[in-house]
Amino acid sequence: MATAPKTATATIDNGRSQSGFAAALKKALLSALVALVLFSLMIGVRTEAGSTGQLIYWTRFTELAGVVAAVFAGSLILELLRSWLGPFDAAGLIPASAEQPLKTAQRLFPLALLAFTLVFPVIFYDQRYILDLGILVLTYVMLGWGLNVVVGLAGLLDLGYVAFYAVGAYSYALLATTFGLSFWICLPLAGILAAFWGVLLGFPVLRLKGDYLAIVTLAFGEIIRLVLINWQSLTGGPNGITGVPRPSFFGIPLTPGDDGFAARFGLEFSPTHRVVFLYYLILALALLTNWVTIRLRRLPIGRAWEAMREDEVACRALGINITTTKLTAFATGAMFGGFAGAFFATRQGFISPESFTFHESALVLAIVVLGGMGSQLGVALAALVMIGGFELFRDFEQYRMLVFGLAMVALMVWRPRGLVGHREATVFLHHRTEISAELSREGRG
Amino acid sequence: MSAVPASTAAPDDILAVSGLTMRFGGIVAINDLSFTARRGQISALIGPNGAGKTTVFNCITGFYKPTAGDIRLTHADGKGYVLQTLNDFRICKVAKVARTFQNIRLFPGLTALENLMVAQHNALMRASGFTLMGLLGMPGWRAAEKAALDLSSYWLDRIGLYDRADEAAGNLPYGDQRRLEIARAMCTEPALLCLDEPAAGLNARESGELNELLLSIRNDRGASILLIEHDMSVVMEISDHVTVLDYGVRIAGGTPQHVRDDPKVIAAYLGTDEETAIAVMEGT
Repeated sequence: MATAPKTATATIDNGRSQSGFAAALKKALLSALVALVLFSLMIGVRTEAGSTGQLIYWTRFTELAGVVAAVFAGSLILELLRSWLGPFDAAGLIPASAEQPLKTAQRLFPLALLAFTLVFPVIFYDQRYILDLGILVLTYVMLGWGLNVVVGLAGLLDLGYVAFYAVGAYSYALLATTFGLSFWICLPLAGILAAFWGVLLGFPVLRLKGDYLAIVTLAFGEIIRLVLINWQSLTGGPNGITGVPRPSFFGIPLTPGDDGFAARFGLEFSPTHRVVFLYYLILALALLTNWVTIRLRRLPIGRAWEAMREDEVACRALGINITTTKLTAFATGAMFGGFAGAFFATRQGFISPESFTFHESALVLAIVVLGGMGSQLGVALAALVMIGGFELFRDFEQYRMLVFGLAMVALMVWRPRGLVGHREATVFLHHRTEISAELSREGRG
Repeated sequence: MSAVPASTAAPDDILAVSGLTMRFGGIVAINDLSFTARRGQISALIGPNGAGKTTVFNCITGFYKPTAGDIRLTHADGKGYVLQTLNDFRICKVAKVARTFQNIRLFPGLTALENLMVAQHNALMRASGFTLMGLLGMPGWRAAEKAALDLSSYWLDRIGLYDRADEAAGNLPYGDQRRLEIARAMCTEPALLCLDEPAAGLNARESGELNELLLSIRNDRGASILLIEHDMSVVMEISDHVTVLDYGVRIAGGTPQHVRDDPKVIAAYLGTDEETAIAVMEGT
């Protein structure tokens, strides 16, 4: 079965490769032309204001030629590689004998990853920077998993997810500083409030689909941020809220005092205790998000989300209430965002509207898309790559954005459906199945 | 499981459409249409292209709000529903009317089994305590999920897809997708099953299998079926009653034999006037 189509493709490829070079050349020339037009002003001409305000400019045609040549050569090589190798097919690269161990490895990989995250603070106990990075990555893993419910499962493109993150953070900060409530009481409250705002956003956008939905959610995120900036009396405006209480170890403060965590447990005080505690706190929250999402997928509500992503009209014909299905998706995603926000506030001890810009929404959405929509493991890996990888390139200074952009483009060329490009069936009769994401739809609404 | 008794019960009307009119701007798609569908029978709605068949369907299943007229559904227990006043999803949820689509609308990225499980959404939602009990894995939920799986397996077996239950619906052959969509509609436990051109795009063998499936749904489960069809072999073989529509108006109705010999029907299908149709009939 498997060999027959492969030989067929091979013959077709041979027939095509004759004209392939001409086509690749044409495409490369076109790319070079576009590059020439683009870069002639960006690189070819350099302008500067002189000492008396006059315009000074000089040309850099050598550099321009170099860049255009690089674009031409890169495009040509890429196209030729494509036509020689055929469509990138990972299955073809792996020998049949390695398939079984690979499958086992695939199953064990998430467990290994989980084990690693559990012992992570023990390994890097002395490296504060790495620990902080771990916390940051886990925060984005949690945000990614939360947004995954809305975008990946329900197929609702939400560009304003940061709004719920902000609602959670400000809920905790305000409740804790105003009423002196503890973190463990504020955490569920922050989640509930964020879910409430999720429903509030959900109502006006019920009838919107695709791009229109994205624009409105984007606006919603900005509205929340602007309200936070301008409602000075409540939120402190651009100055934010300072002195947000730090979390306690179930009532025992992590301070150097006599009733502090270290003194009670007979340990020598170390500020690392708090960092480790924060690490396990966000790990627990993220794992809760993951567990709930996995459970929800196997419940009728989760199946209805996925069905709604696939075909809304068919859902209505099957008696599924689209309104409540959409609202619950928004509310669930927002709730997890709220939890993450509360954690963020307690970790930073200070929050301001600056932390909740569109950039955050875009980053979280990029994590979800890069990870593979709907895939829990993919989202976790993408968060690790995006946040951790970005930190790794810190030495490259201004080049890191460039390297990063290139890496993302490469990933999207080879894995257009994200790192994990398949969905696992929620229920099965005979055997577990993985369905290629090419079949499922991305959702229009 | 369906509340409807087998076809031995006295046939009464499950669906009564009266004075149905649908206008789109200046265009009258359906004009003062009245017909009925009997309980436990297969009723067909036929007519040439553009006669307004799918519009009638969309009115019955709540996708359009009719301009005028009355659509009444009566369950076997005597409960009545006025369909044009119900919201779209309530027509399936409350009045128990299920439908399929002319261009198949399965959930392509879900497996065949998942498609059938989604169809049991409302029953499962109740059983899962609106998610809360299900989240905690209560025994009541588990039993309900098992029952839902059994019903899905039953239908997969009936349409011959039991072995392919775990394949993505979008990967199944066309004929299987058609049957899966019917099975999915049946999983909502409908009182009335509405099929929009179920034989469209099927070859002779597949449409024969479809006939068997529909007849067995009627005979074994006592379901009432309303179908739109172009394929005359399907209509003539399995329908108990046929209503013919042309330009949004009912032009004939009765048994398949009766309708087949009606010059008005032949004229509508040939696109000529009645005299020519009679001449053609007498000539052959």
